[in-house]
Amino acid sequence: MSSTSHNHRFKSGTTESATVRYLLIGIGLTFLFLFLILPLAAVFAEALNKGWSAYVEALSDSDAISAIRLTLFIAAITVPLNLIFGIAAAWCISKYEFTGKSLLTTLIDLPFSVSPVVAGLIYVLIFGAQGWFGPLFESLGIKIIFAVPGIILATIFVTFPFIARELIPLMQAQGSDEEQAAIVLGANGWQTFRYITLPNIKWGLVYGVILCNARAMGEFGAVSVVSGHIRGETNTMPLQVEILYNEYQSVAAFAVASLLALLALFTLIIKSVFEWKHSREMKRLAELPPERPY
Amino acid sequence: MNKSVLKQNSHSNKLRVLPGFKLTLGFTVLYLSLIVLIPLSALIFKTLSISWDQFISAVTSERVIASYKLTFGASLIAAIVNAVFGLLIAWILVRYDFWGKRIIDALIDLPFALPTAVAGISLTALLASNGWVGQFTERIGIQLAFNANGVVIALIFIGLPFVVRTVQPVLEDTEKELEEAATCLGATRWQTFSRVIFPSIAPALLTGFAMAFARAIGEYGSVIFIAGNMPLVSEITPLIIIGKLEQFDYTGATSVAVVLLGFSFILLLSINALQAWQRKMTGAIV
Repeated sequence: MSSTSHNHRFKSGTTESATVRYLLIGIGLTFLFLFLILPLAAVFAEALNKGWSAYVEALSDSDAISAIRLTLFIAAITVPLNLIFGIAAAWCISKYEFTGKSLLTTLIDLPFSVSPVVAGLIYVLIFGAQGWFGPLFESLGIKIIFAVPGIILATIFVTFPFIARELIPLMQAQGSDEEQAAIVLGANGWQTFRYITLPNIKWGLVYGVILCNARAMGEFGAVSVVSGHIRGETNTMPLQVEILYNEYQSVAAFAVASLLALLALFTLIIKSVFEWKHSREMKRLAELPPERPY
Repeated sequence: MNKSVLKQNSHSNKLRVLPGFKLTLGFTVLYLSLIVLIPLSALIFKTLSISWDQFISAVTSERVIASYKLTFGASLIAAIVNAVFGLLIAWILVRYDFWGKRIIDALIDLPFALPTAVAGISLTALLASNGWVGQFTERIGIQLAFNANGVVIALIFIGLPFVVRTVQPVLEDTEKELEEAATCLGATRWQTFSRVIFPSIAPALLTGFAMAFARAIGEYGSVIFIAGNMPLVSEITPLIIIGKLEQFDYTGATSVAVVLLGFSFILLLSINALQAWQRKMTGAIV
């Protein structure tokens, strides 16, 4: 792909002149600098605008701490639920043939094409004061909308496809020969999954979990509809960012935002590691002898 | 969005040797129904309870129409900008070597990973009249924040990875031999690009464009900080839904939500059709 000077003459048919190359690289990098790097840098610059002590003070505010706690709590519930679903969905879609499989795959992706605001709205329609089950739960003394359960439901909805859609193509590519061999050799279903499938998919799993977690902690639109914005009770970190920002507490807003930005950077690092491992795995699969038809 | 093109082994004759089919399928369908299908059907049932006149007056009021124009217009401009620059970025990442390429490649996904509210306040801080960028543009008379310009910029940010990530794997897979053949037959580099390379990546480019467009239509978090949210001028459709909900106008909120959802589904179907076309064009599973 690189064209060093000595072989440049031979490659010139399938690449551009140096001027065009540098021009394109220059335009691309300028665009990325303006649209990716500047916004990222601005988060940290604004957070540390009044110095380190103001930053620490903003993060030790009791409302900020309860927002961080709530966000961690929400992620701790939604991610495992979507993980179990993701594994179950990937197992049945990649290991078996059945009618309606492609419909099921499309439906799993559905939450991605629903606006977060609409995602919040549908739970208000079901569990809100005028909703289907709102009066029922109210008579039982359970509050769902403008309370933590509503936030959990909305978060599960928006993060629903993340783990499944990482695992499905991965498990489809790996096939089920190894699992079938394990069954033939006398392993039970759980042993097959635990000792054969899980080691094969562990990086895809980690990656899916990290992505799901990032979105669960960062979701704003859907959560904003169902939360009710009660300080110290139903404010997640992104909602806390909004409130502080609207109150012109810029340093405090960006301080909380900087934690979310660090989470995003951590997510990108894990993603890169996963892709590196994944491409090695794909190379290994490609080097295997071709399969004989059954 | 997965970068690598996956090699699919042929398992045409898949007997149900492996246990757990009923368990996993049952759980998948149950969970899908409880979390996604039943709640979404609530929206449909709620809509059915609204009279036609109520529905029409809710979705065609002046303020709502203005919000459609802004949402669809800004999303379209943002998706076009993303298509052009996304193609260029995918091109330089696949074809050229430069310092820091791997870091740049990893950073492309930042808009997926960064919470939208964080992106929103950060872009606002940059583009406001005292911001790093805003102070310069304001001097030449261009206001970027608190108007429709801000909406477009926020939507460019959140849609950026879609085109890059759909075009990149296809570009990696294009056959160099075809380009060599074109060159041998006397084509200029531009002719080779426009007649040989471009047609093979066009379906992926369109798919990425449609994905960026669809995402932009529903986007809320990153836009509301930078838009200024003036009715008739810089109010996006998702914000209209929130506004109606805050006034407990569930009928109005549901009506507008159905319009938005209907459009999302049309886009989802187009994206599926585009991906089928792409598979046909490349003969590979993408």
